[in-house]
Amino acid sequence: MDRNTFIAGLSDLPARCILKDEAELRPYECDGLSAYRRLPWLVLLPETIEQVQFILAYCHTHNVPVVARGAGTGLSGGALPLDNGVLLGLAKFSRIIDIDLPNRLARVQPGVRNLAITQAVAEHGLYYAPDPSSQIACSIGGNVAENAGGVHCLKYGLTVHNIAELKLITIEGELLTIGSPSLDSAGYDLLALLTGSEGLLGVIVEVTVRLLPAPEQAQVVLAAFDSVAAAGQAVADIISQGILPAGLELMDTLAVRAAEDFVHAGYPTDAAAILLCELDGEQHEVEVQIDKVTQLLQASGANEVRRARDEAERLRFWAGRKAAFPAVGRLSPDYYCMDGTIPRKHLGQVLSTIAQWSKAYGLPVANVFHAGDGNLHPLILYDANKPGELERTEEFGARILELCIAVGGTITGEHGVGMEKIDQMCVQFNEAELQQFHAIKQAFDANGLLNPGKAVPTLARCAEFGSMHVHHGELPFPELERF
Amino acid sequence: MTNTDLTETFCEQIRDAEEKGTPLAITGGGSKMFYGRRPDINAISLDTTRHCGIISYEPSELVIQARSGTPLRDIETRLSDNNQMLAFEPPHFSENATLGGTIACGLSGPRRPYHGAARDFVLGTRVINGKGEPLHFGGQVMKNVAGYDVSRLMAGSLGTLGLIAEVSLKVLPRPACEYTLKQVCNQAEALRRFADWSGRPLPLSAACWYEDHLYLRLSGNEDGLRHAQHRLGDSLLESLPDWWDNLRDHKHPFFNRPDPLWRLSVPPATPPLAVKGDWFIDWGGAQRWLYSNDNPEQIRRLVTSIGGHATLFRNATERIEVFHPLPTPLLKLQQRIKRAMDPAGILNPGRLYPEL
Repeated sequence: MDRNTFIAGLSDLPARCILKDEAELRPYECDGLSAYRRLPWLVLLPETIEQVQFILAYCHTHNVPVVARGAGTGLSGGALPLDNGVLLGLAKFSRIIDIDLPNRLARVQPGVRNLAITQAVAEHGLYYAPDPSSQIACSIGGNVAENAGGVHCLKYGLTVHNIAELKLITIEGELLTIGSPSLDSAGYDLLALLTGSEGLLGVIVEVTVRLLPAPEQAQVVLAAFDSVAAAGQAVADIISQGILPAGLELMDTLAVRAAEDFVHAGYPTDAAAILLCELDGEQHEVEVQIDKVTQLLQASGANEVRRARDEAERLRFWAGRKAAFPAVGRLSPDYYCMDGTIPRKHLGQVLSTIAQWSKAYGLPVANVFHAGDGNLHPLILYDANKPGELERTEEFGARILELCIAVGGTITGEHGVGMEKIDQMCVQFNEAELQQFHAIKQAFDANGLLNPGKAVPTLARCAEFGSMHVHHGELPFPELERF
Repeated sequence: MTNTDLTETFCEQIRDAEEKGTPLAITGGGSKMFYGRRPDINAISLDTTRHCGIISYEPSELVIQARSGTPLRDIETRLSDNNQMLAFEPPHFSENATLGGTIACGLSGPRRPYHGAARDFVLGTRVINGKGEPLHFGGQVMKNVAGYDVSRLMAGSLGTLGLIAEVSLKVLPRPACEYTLKQVCNQAEALRRFADWSGRPLPLSAACWYEDHLYLRLSGNEDGLRHAQHRLGDSLLESLPDWWDNLRDHKHPFFNRPDPLWRLSVPPATPPLAVKGDWFIDWGGAQRWLYSNDNPEQIRRLVTSIGGHATLFRNATERIEVFHPLPTPLLKLQQRIKRAMDPAGILNPGRLYPEL
């Protein structure tokens, strides 16, 4: 459809909600994955649920695709705009609507920042558990769309485990309530299906999150190791002993040095790896478990085990970990953050393979990861201004993801598939599984107007990508036309 | 323990049924046959109990993977040997309970409000859809956001979306120690206390009320529990070894009546509901069991008005729908999802809703 004709039909929308000039559109050309950029066709910034309903129904009528975006901090290009469709920004939906203290629920608009929820309820001794590293900036609507995780996931779960209800607008403009303030709902568990669906099934306009009591005590232990493998073994030892840490994070030497230079957390910079293990809960229980973890770490071969002396030091230990990404960013003009998850037992093998490939590609890698749940974040350092380096980085990253699949893991633990990992979806899922995803998408969005081209690849795309992966001489999807 | 993989047989059976348009009634150990709507009388039984065996279990990974016909008891014994557990405390209802039935029904025990529901612990499934295709979703890792979360969608779908062939579940360490506290208390006061305690950092793992007593379970290490007990005031510590298991499995005498038993799922802090009847309150107020002669539509209207839903859990009559009616737009969406998974509508048709 012609853009001007389309815009003319939006006359019910206040002019301030419509961005159409190139200078206005430019800031929206990418989300947190800046390697992919595209000038949007049109940006719409609605302010009410009715306006979102109107926009979606209007797009549906005119067969115009829509990409919803929250704070735009996503790292997989899930909110990359289209050059033939609307970018629907939900940043103006930034109000906390209601806090229900007795039921420990907060009803918020999708543009509310993750950390703002905890800040709003902290005075009542409550908090919202999922804590993506970007929690200071990322919005809850995006967290739901990506099923965001963070440090707390092993003990407190992902976004899907911490939400109660969604208000969702379908591509036809219909407002649906999914879930409830109770602990479960009648019918299929659509709350699970929608969480992490990357904006392909509907547009979220309200989220009710579950709040937890803030732990009475949180205590952290830092352990330094001569090898990453020894640190990995220590993780297995802690979990095998029946201890469930609130956070269990590993950083390799490159990440440790970068973080130390950046925030001066007091990390031992000569260590091959450091492990941060936080225990939280009832005070006496934490004391006992901290002692036990300290002994386990010493027995696992840690050459230094240090317990944070006070709250200030605990926060400093975490500040280094939370700032690891920007800290690594100071080492190189660009870095590419990967996000695969593996069974923890393969940690040593996967990390040594990444180290070998790092040498072969001539691209340094810093490893920062959620060791407790096997979620790796290898950061590949590169320089986008050097010809061919971005392409080499992407190829290296793709190999890392395929390695994660090969050892029984997955291509994304918390960042989503988006545009970034869409080819690797063809490796993780077979044709029938992808077709099943498409059938589910059809149930919500028959014309494929919501966030097209993201998260779930078409079979034609897999046929092209798969041509590089001919196993046992069998051509994948032989019935499909070749390109 | 036997170890048999019948995936291919099931695929053939389902493909054959799809071709002929024959409905299938998927059954496991039959321990929850009382739950849900009656199977289609024309349906052919598809028994999953011989499809069994623990496929993998590594305590340090906190994951167990097993075939759907595996007895729940076998899984729990294996976990218990390693001081681990299924933290959603699934009901057994009989010795025949299987893993597949547990996930298909999506029911959780007294620990649910504090540690999560059956669906929360599902990490991955192998599902055979209505076209007889074996599909794998999710996996064995804690964090996996690739593709739609079809695995958790299966929890509570009563076999209407696919035959659950295998399940991977997150497991948790067993607490070193558990205390049960009992206090004399009326229903309104119990609900107020549950709401207050649930908002404080206490090691709660179950909270229920029945006949003017509230019961509280604390889980953790001994020092921590003693400290928590003191903070809870004049609590009476009782040795009630079977209390929570009997509640979980409905072996408590309250559940013996032949009358229709309602399960009301409501926001936990909801004050006592104005419905005459006999109440047993679990999940810290969020799950309320009720025998009542009040008008079913009135009960449902009341529960809807507070954001809950009501299921006719046991001893259902033909006159009353088992599951809470869905708003029309939501029902239509769920019908489309059913068609996406089971285009011919042959998998447990009508077991959840007549339209699914």
